[in-house]
Amino acid sequence: MNGLNPTRRRTTVVAATCLAVSMAASVLLLHRVDEIRPRANIEDALYISSPKLVKRASLGFEGLMACIYWTRTVQYFGDRHARGSRSYNELAPLLEIATALDPHMIPAYQFGASFLAPAPPSGAGEPRRAVDLMTYGIQHNPDNWHLYYDLGFVYYTELKDYKAAARVFEQGSEVPNANPFLKLLAARMAEHAADYETARMLWTATYESSKESNIRQNAIEHLRSIRVDEDVTRLQEAVSRFEQLNGRLPATIWELAAAEHLRGIPVDPDGNPYVLSLDGQVQVANPEDFPFVTKGLPPDYKPSGLPKFHGNS
Amino acid sequence: MSARIVHIASNTFREAVRDRVLYNLIAFALLLSGAAIFIGQISIEIERLVVVNLGLTAVSLFGVVIAIFIGIGLVSKEIEKRTLYTVLSRPVRRWEFIVGKFFGLAGTLVVNTFFMAIGVFAALLYVAHKFSSPDAFILVALYFIILEFLILCSLALLFSSFSSPLLSAVFTFSLFIIGSFADDLRGFAGMTHGIARWFATAAAYLVPNFSALNVISAVAHQQSVAGQLVLQNTLYALCYSAMALSGAVLIFERRNLK
Repeated sequence: MNGLNPTRRRTTVVAATCLAVSMAASVLLLHRVDEIRPRANIEDALYISSPKLVKRASLGFEGLMACIYWTRTVQYFGDRHARGSRSYNELAPLLEIATALDPHMIPAYQFGASFLAPAPPSGAGEPRRAVDLMTYGIQHNPDNWHLYYDLGFVYYTELKDYKAAARVFEQGSEVPNANPFLKLLAARMAEHAADYETARMLWTATYESSKESNIRQNAIEHLRSIRVDEDVTRLQEAVSRFEQLNGRLPATIWELAAAEHLRGIPVDPDGNPYVLSLDGQVQVANPEDFPFVTKGLPPDYKPSGLPKFHGNS
Repeated sequence: MSARIVHIASNTFREAVRDRVLYNLIAFALLLSGAAIFIGQISIEIERLVVVNLGLTAVSLFGVVIAIFIGIGLVSKEIEKRTLYTVLSRPVRRWEFIVGKFFGLAGTLVVNTFFMAIGVFAALLYVAHKFSSPDAFILVALYFIILEFLILCSLALLFSSFSSPLLSAVFTFSLFIIGSFADDLRGFAGMTHGIARWFATAAAYLVPNFSALNVISAVAHQQSVAGQLVLQNTLYALCYSAMALSGAVLIFERRNLK
């Protein structure tokens, strides 16, 4: 700039100032505009819902388009999930497009099923569509045992169709290099499908076979809830025994523990004592901390929002 | 190759570099490094897929744009600037001019692709932390992309030899689009009957088949590419480029440049 004459130097300074000011002003104005108009959401962006049409429009670059659609799926689910939404209308179409564009994109099937299958607010509550998605995935990736495991998992946890789960686990066990626990799971489904031990095996396998932190945390929450369900079942049986022997309900959890010769007061995985209600029902002290428990909930309990995750506790 | 062709090719390459064509490498580097760093935060378990898919797609599209927009001006710009008359007043034949231009542009694209390939592998190393043997198939995908560029360069030159730059760009880009749907075109031909079938089949074989040269999705999933496909695609791209280049030479030889 030293070589420039004063007039050109002045022009440069003015132009540079104008550039900086107008850039800052445009950012501020856009921010204001965003506040005024309704934010565009994914429904607006999903103006092409036909997987075939999207595939044609990708001009042969389906792989990249699949990555974009999968990322949009993750964003859509994450956004809805964070807001505690119970409506996931675009989730299945987004997954269908992503997997039609790239039928070998394994994460889209595995995570997609775990987004679709669970009941809201944990997921979309569409287990049948999760089954369709996984079946499509298996058709295109028949040698991937993880997909059989995940499909069997949906049958087991969401649809309680133990026969179908056993069949899928059995099919998966026949895939070359399949994990041996698929054979074990297929056998357990036949006789012990509803056992807590079977559920524990499944969630432990999920925890150990996944590297994704969200899936591992979800598995931990389910394992914690299974322990609570087991404890509550056992303690409830103890209450019945106490009533049969004494002709009345135990007055406190301490009295029950003493009658059962327990070493201390029974506590949940967080170390909080279980609560005994006046009508003899064993309840968990903080139900919010165990989002997947099916037993030990207060009669009028309603979950306040999203499941609370505790990490590697 | 005659020394005259080499001279024209090297001049074309130098001119492209002077026109700052290789600046696209900066945009490419920013795009890829941004994807490598940020995609892990907004998606799940597809970092490697994104880097390979985005990297190779960007190599392809950047190259297509360069091939078309430089290719269409190779002849017309020389006529407009009147430099063509200087070249042809020397002992340079018209066909040598066309072939030299083709090799110059192809060389530019090969150099451009080489640097982009380094970027793709660097980004891959960043997200995967190590290379595995199936990653070598990315080189095959890059090779196929270069074959695609050869076809596009020759087509751009063909249209440039008789048409205006704007029309040449439209024609070449249209053929790129149609060529990307070549497999579908063949499918349509299979569904029609009679004379329509003949026309559709002829069109399907006449347009360049870019879909056969696209193995990006396969290599992104670390799938192998058959040696026969590499061989046949190489022969196909060379034959098609030779065909378009011959057409360009035929037209340019007969063109009245006065």
